Amino acid sequence: MSINAIVVMIIGITILWGGLGASILHAMKKGKERKS
Amino acid sequence: MESRAQWGTRAGFILAAVGSALGLGNIWRFPAIAYENGGGAFLIPYLFALLTAGIPILIMEFTMGHKYRGSSPLTFRRMHKGAEFVGWWGVLVAFVISTYYSVIIAWAMSYMIFAVKLGWGSDTGSFFESFLQVNEVAAGMSGSLVLGVLIPLVIVWFIVLGILFKGIRKGIEVANRIMIPTLIVVFLLIVIRAVTLPGALDGLDALFKPDFTKILSPDVWVAAYGQIFFSLSIAFAIMITYSSYLPKKSDITNNAFITGLGNSAFELLAGIGVFAVLGFLALESGQNIDEVVAGGPGLAFAVFPEIINQFPAFNATFGFLFFISLVLAGLTSLMSITETYVAAVVDKFNISRGKAVIFGGGLAAVTSLLFATQGGLNFLDMTDYFINQFGVAMLGFVEVVLVIWILRKGKELRRHADSVSDIKLGSWWTISLSVITPLMLGYMLFQLFRQNILKKFDTDTGNYEGYADAFILYGGWFVAAGALVIGIILATLKWKQPKDTDERGK
Repeated sequence: MSINAIVVMIIGITILWGGLGASILHAMKKGKERKS
Repeated sequence: MESRAQWGTRAGFILAAVGSALGLGNIWRFPAIAYENGGGAFLIPYLFALLTAGIPILIMEFTMGHKYRGSSPLTFRRMHKGAEFVGWWGVLVAFVISTYYSVIIAWAMSYMIFAVKLGWGSDTGSFFESFLQVNEVAAGMSGSLVLGVLIPLVIVWFIVLGILFKGIRKGIEVANRIMIPTLIVVFLLIVIRAVTLPGALDGLDALFKPDFTKILSPDVWVAAYGQIFFSLSIAFAIMITYSSYLPKKSDITNNAFITGLGNSAFELLAGIGVFAVLGFLALESGQNIDEVVAGGPGLAFAVFPEIINQFPAFNATFGFLFFISLVLAGLTSLMSITETYVAAVVDKFNISRGKAVIFGGGLAAVTSLLFATQGGLNFLDMTDYFINQFGVAMLGFVEVVLVIWILRKGKELRRHADSVSDIKLGSWWTISLSVITPLMLGYMLFQLFRQNILKKFDTDTGNYEGYADAFILYGGWFVAAGALVIGIILATLKWKQPKDTDERGK
């Protein structure tokens, strides 16, 4: 697997899965704040 | 006034919305589209399309459903009396899609059983054709019902209508809470096994190696917008219907981000899994990757069984897991598609949810029998192409132009979304919906009409897939136009209850 392909794969995973994770964490944090 | 049914939890709504978006197209469409359009470089237009069309439209539809609290026809009617037909148009497009989508899930269900004993044999392509008995009749003829499709089709409808009958919270929400985590775990197992196969890295290299020259082509950008558009379940009533069941205090914008990013994250995972096994197949068969790449039903029902046959171990387990993931992805989407017309019938005709499920779902189930015949595959191919391209894409264009430019609801919707969401919408949302999305969808539609009317396909007849003119007319154009015409007719019928009250629909 070429370096270019590896870099692109990592960038793609980071943006999409990282973005999803951040959005879910944000929702959980706000949920906890509202409850307290 | 009776209150409208509601999701039990925020997670319940998000899982249902993600479940609707995650469908068969994520598994068999995205990998091939990405590969053909620049590989890794495709991620640039793809992410751009997600942020300028996918998520903005999701936010718009979530806001519409949440603010006007009705099925798609009721929501559009509450925005403007004359706009109701757009809501019905979306519902009818959903109805047509559900009739053939259910049949594909039925195929996957049968293949789940075949996988146990690798019953598809060594010539998987011929097996698929003989399973559907597709060569028994000419294109455009139905022939007789295929029992191997009919039996699982009955089971599919029984499951989906049974879930819808139980209602929003006890039916759709509970089902998605079970099915979506299961789907993700099953697919993760598939991907982990796939990337550890010999040749997998060559497959991933083919998928992710960027060809930046390709992204200068407008066609690649159209493909990216098309992929985002068709995979997110937007523009045909689903997300409006689902969000109408949200409680008043709901973070619309973040829900849209989670849904959009969740769909794309899964799609990327599917791409990794699919190309890892294609790399394995290429190595085993001594071919190049480009010779084994496939998309659509051919990938799932011919190429994948071939790959499963060549697995070093646990062939049956891998096969079973793959087809159960297709069934789960399909069922969660079919539920949402069917819910659009169940909710619309409840709202418009003031009947109980149970009756709406039996009437609407029953009608769809009976219609789906056409696709369970020997000629079903040709009908399915034709209907899918026309209803998606001239139904969903055109509806998306009309919806955005109507809401933003004609009814001028952009500011009002933005204020509503901001009033309940943590993330405030910036001018990117307004610009995306008022300029970028209409331009991209408009260009896409122009190219589509040009290609189909001027017969620009590279086939004998110049038509899509080389079908005859008569079949294109009644199997394609009539179906796509029929959804609009019947939508207009339904919009002229009288409402059986005051349209400003909430529906029951529990």
